[in-house]
Amino acid sequence: MAASWGFTLFLCVLLMVCRGLSLAGEDPDQTLSSSGQVKALNPEIDNALSSNHGTTGEGGHAVEPITTLPIVSWKWHHVTTPYLVALWILVSWLCKLVIEANHHVTSVIPESALLICFGFILGGMIWAADKVQTFRLTPTVFFFYLLPQVILDAGYHMPNKLFFTNLGGILVHAVIGTCWNAASLGLSLWGCQMGGAMGDLDIGLLQYLLFGSLMAAVDPVAVIAVFEQVHVNDVLFIMVFGESLLNDGVTVVLFNVFDAFVSLGGPKIDAAEIIKGIVSFFVVAFGGSLVGLVFGLLISLLTRCTKNIQIIEPGFIFVLGYLSYLTAEMLSLSAILSIVFCGMCCQKYINANMDENSVQTVRYAMKAFANGSETIIFVFLGISAIDKVIWVWNTGFILLTLLFVLVYRFIGVFFLTWILNRYRLVPLEFVDQVIMSYGGLRGAVAYGLAVMLDENKIKEKNLMVCTTLIVVYFTVILQGITMKPLVMWLKVKRAAVTEVSLLEKLTNKMFNHTLVAIEDISGQIGHNYMRSKWKYFEENWMSWILMKPSARKKQDQVFDVFHQLNLKDAMEYVTEGERRGSLEFVRNENSIIDFKKKSESESFDINNANMSNDHGAIRDPIPSVSLEMHEQIMKAVREAEAINAHHLLDQHLYKSRKQHRHRFSRSHFDINRDEKEVQEIFQRTMRNRLKSFTSAKMGVKPPKTIVKHTQKEQQQKMPNGKSMDKAKTSYSGDEGSEGDSASGYDQSYMRATYRAGAGIENPAFMPDLDPMDLLQIPPWLGESELDSSMVALSHRAQVDLPRTPSNLRRLAPLRISTRSTDSFTLENIPDTQQMDSDQLQPPPPPPRPPRDDGYV
Amino acid sequence: MGSRASRLLREEEIEEIKKETGFSHSQITRLYSRFTSLDKGENGTLSREDFQRIPELAINPLGDRIINAFFPEGEDQVNFRGFMRTLAHFRPIEDNEKNKNPATEPLNSRTNKLLFAFRLYDLDRDDKISRDELLQVLEKVDVEQKMSIRFLH
Repeated sequence: MAASWGFTLFLCVLLMVCRGLSLAGEDPDQTLSSSGQVKALNPEIDNALSSNHGTTGEGGHAVEPITTLPIVSWKWHHVTTPYLVALWILVSWLCKLVIEANHHVTSVIPESALLICFGFILGGMIWAADKVQTFRLTPTVFFFYLLPQVILDAGYHMPNKLFFTNLGGILVHAVIGTCWNAASLGLSLWGCQMGGAMGDLDIGLLQYLLFGSLMAAVDPVAVIAVFEQVHVNDVLFIMVFGESLLNDGVTVVLFNVFDAFVSLGGPKIDAAEIIKGIVSFFVVAFGGSLVGLVFGLLISLLTRCTKNIQIIEPGFIFVLGYLSYLTAEMLSLSAILSIVFCGMCCQKYINANMDENSVQTVRYAMKAFANGSETIIFVFLGISAIDKVIWVWNTGFILLTLLFVLVYRFIGVFFLTWILNRYRLVPLEFVDQVIMSYGGLRGAVAYGLAVMLDENKIKEKNLMVCTTLIVVYFTVILQGITMKPLVMWLKVKRAAVTEVSLLEKLTNKMFNHTLVAIEDISGQIGHNYMRSKWKYFEENWMSWILMKPSARKKQDQVFDVFHQLNLKDAMEYVTEGERRGSLEFVRNENSIIDFKKKSESESFDINNANMSNDHGAIRDPIPSVSLEMHEQIMKAVREAEAINAHHLLDQHLYKSRKQHRHRFSRSHFDINRDEKEVQEIFQRTMRNRLKSFTSAKMGVKPPKTIVKHTQKEQQQKMPNGKSMDKAKTSYSGDEGSEGDSASGYDQSYMRATYRAGAGIENPAFMPDLDPMDLLQIPPWLGESELDSSMVALSHRAQVDLPRTPSNLRRLAPLRISTRSTDSFTLENIPDTQQMDSDQLQPPPPPPRPPRDDGYV
Repeated sequence: MGSRASRLLREEEIEEIKKETGFSHSQITRLYSRFTSLDKGENGTLSREDFQRIPELAINPLGDRIINAFFPEGEDQVNFRGFMRTLAHFRPIEDNEKNKNPATEPLNSRTNKLLFAFRLYDLDRDDKISRDELLQVLEKVDVEQKMSIRFLH
């Protein structure tokens, strides 16, 4: 607490200094005019600098010819604009720092409201120092420098599937809802003015409609800010959020249309103009989306070729995203729609094409920019209010606007949802509708548009600006504060915080396939049909063009899930090992490790990993995993199923890769470029070699294993002492040749530096997979009991997939067949004279020691 | 449509099917015309080959299982009743149908949907999958939505 007060004091001091600096750098006479000119953060730098130079040059403060060499000189005028910009950014972010220091405050009052309040305080300080509000949120700055990042972030992290599933509803609300809001607000206010409720205000109908159109739009920034703390269920969130994004298309059109109408004047508006207005809606909306789509495709294509410049690869997204925004703005299309669709379109492809590090960079950078911008927006929204010049108070106007905004929002949402529910499979519940209506927050976009009104055409501009500000404050602060209690009171369905298990995901997929099939049988084109058609198109055409070939191969969903699971396991294992001194649980035979995730923020969405904002949480060792040692076999069926799913994936995974190889290696022998597989096979080979070496050294001593076939094999090996190596690898070689397509594969491996034939011991091809074998000690573990370092393994460790990082890729060994890994076919003893080449090759260096005792 | 039908659907049949499955009149007639268009042999029943002739089913990974689900134990032909009965599992659940009486559950109740899905897993129909396990796995899946299709009127 003390720290936060210290910060606040620091802020005040900073501001005083800043004002002092700007005053000191200029002639005292020029103060008012220069401060009027220095509407800070107007980064039309040429303009500002020239005005500064102007003030310093024109006024009596001409630069005098120097008389002696100045060692150090005061060059405030030189750096004014960038300095002020940077300083304000710093100040806003420091506000956020102060706010976030107190969590018990932020859990009640949303951060955005607090930022606005800080803005008030800062504005007050400046006002006190200056008597003039020098800093405001200007539309240029807002629309060009602060808003794009937020929207790009929204588009890039948008859950596409959810969005498109609910697209119909979202569009209905965005288009019809916004039009309804605008029309009803404008007309009602005009009616009230006619009725005399506002004193002697005289604003024309068209101006009211213009005002209505700028007030109508739900603001995405505000929605994100308020809803992010209240984790409502997905559908509700996407409805409100999607609407807030898409309604920009309507808002832009309405605003421009009514603006033009106001300029034209009442009498000139005829049917032609109205028709043009309607047409312009379609043009603006679809044109904007198209521009965004084009840029999205451009980015995807670009990332295909950026392998050599991985360092600046992430930058392309930002630049091209911003360009899409500006291009749409230039063509007078909807800029927000453009950048949203750009982000949505490219997310999948750039995540696939770019290097993992670049993907992370993009994600974090985008979040940083978006959050930073949001902070600045809210602070400045607060500051802009403390300005005596703009305040015009008309009780009737303001109160009526507030009332109508709320009421018509409710009416609109309920009516539209009632219509929608008749066509939706899962209707939106009443409670959800309430939250949707209540969540119609207005924000900075409305304010920006209001400030952009032309004062000459609209005399009451200041009144409108004030009203807009008040509505924004009302929605963001009051509705923001009461949103969470309302959600809890109404018991709205919250977002699922626990991760969906693998089996559930598989079942979901199964259901989807079923539905498509039934739709085909019953001969109707439904949702699922469209989706499967799109998927087909996308997989075969778009991915071809937009994704790198290597990325395309990795797109197999099951593989992806497995990869993520392994990574997660590895990370958990490592962090736990670090915490507790590894292997403690291994020594205790009866103990079972229960990896339980503590913090709910660690929702690692496997299939949509790019959605997860908390990827970083997994790296943070302390809060993420808690170890609980149980003395019993784990009870949770879920975990058993997860393990079974793991094993299930093993089989399928390995099989499918084989199948791919089969296809690819028909015409020519492909050297496998998949490092994972290479590594795995290498490890297995090395293990075999090590075994053969150790058994050779130990000579006669049989391993203390349960598996009797290894003993048999040992005895058999004894007679051929020297040729044991050969025998061993010959067995492995044979098992390799058992695989149908593996033979071609093997020969390709001969060219590799090691004898890879040993690696193709795919137990998947072994017909006699006995479940009983699972209980036996895996042969590699059994034989390595020759080493003294081996410890007794817990039951789970024997059965479970070894979870060490180095064993991540060890897919096959867990499934033990009656035939051990190194003597697959005892029948094929006399075979293969290919060992000569093998003997000549020196064996590769032995693997790192941790491998052996790294087993769970 | 009319000329291909070897056997017209009688009103009483429509009524019976309506009561049994809950489909509306227009839905039943529409599905009947689809049934007859699939029925190349024009004998009032569908065989497995008829189903396999649907091109999209071939690329569906679950195509075979679903076709099997239409055919009751051991039989090779399915008549319209059976066809409708299976399709009825996929009708969306309406609120007025959610009754607590387990004896008279309609065909598209949650339990029956689940049974259908269960049978999809259980290819050889020997009840190898334990029902409790399946239900627990499907806990998070919104079965009512996932296994519903909006049949056209």
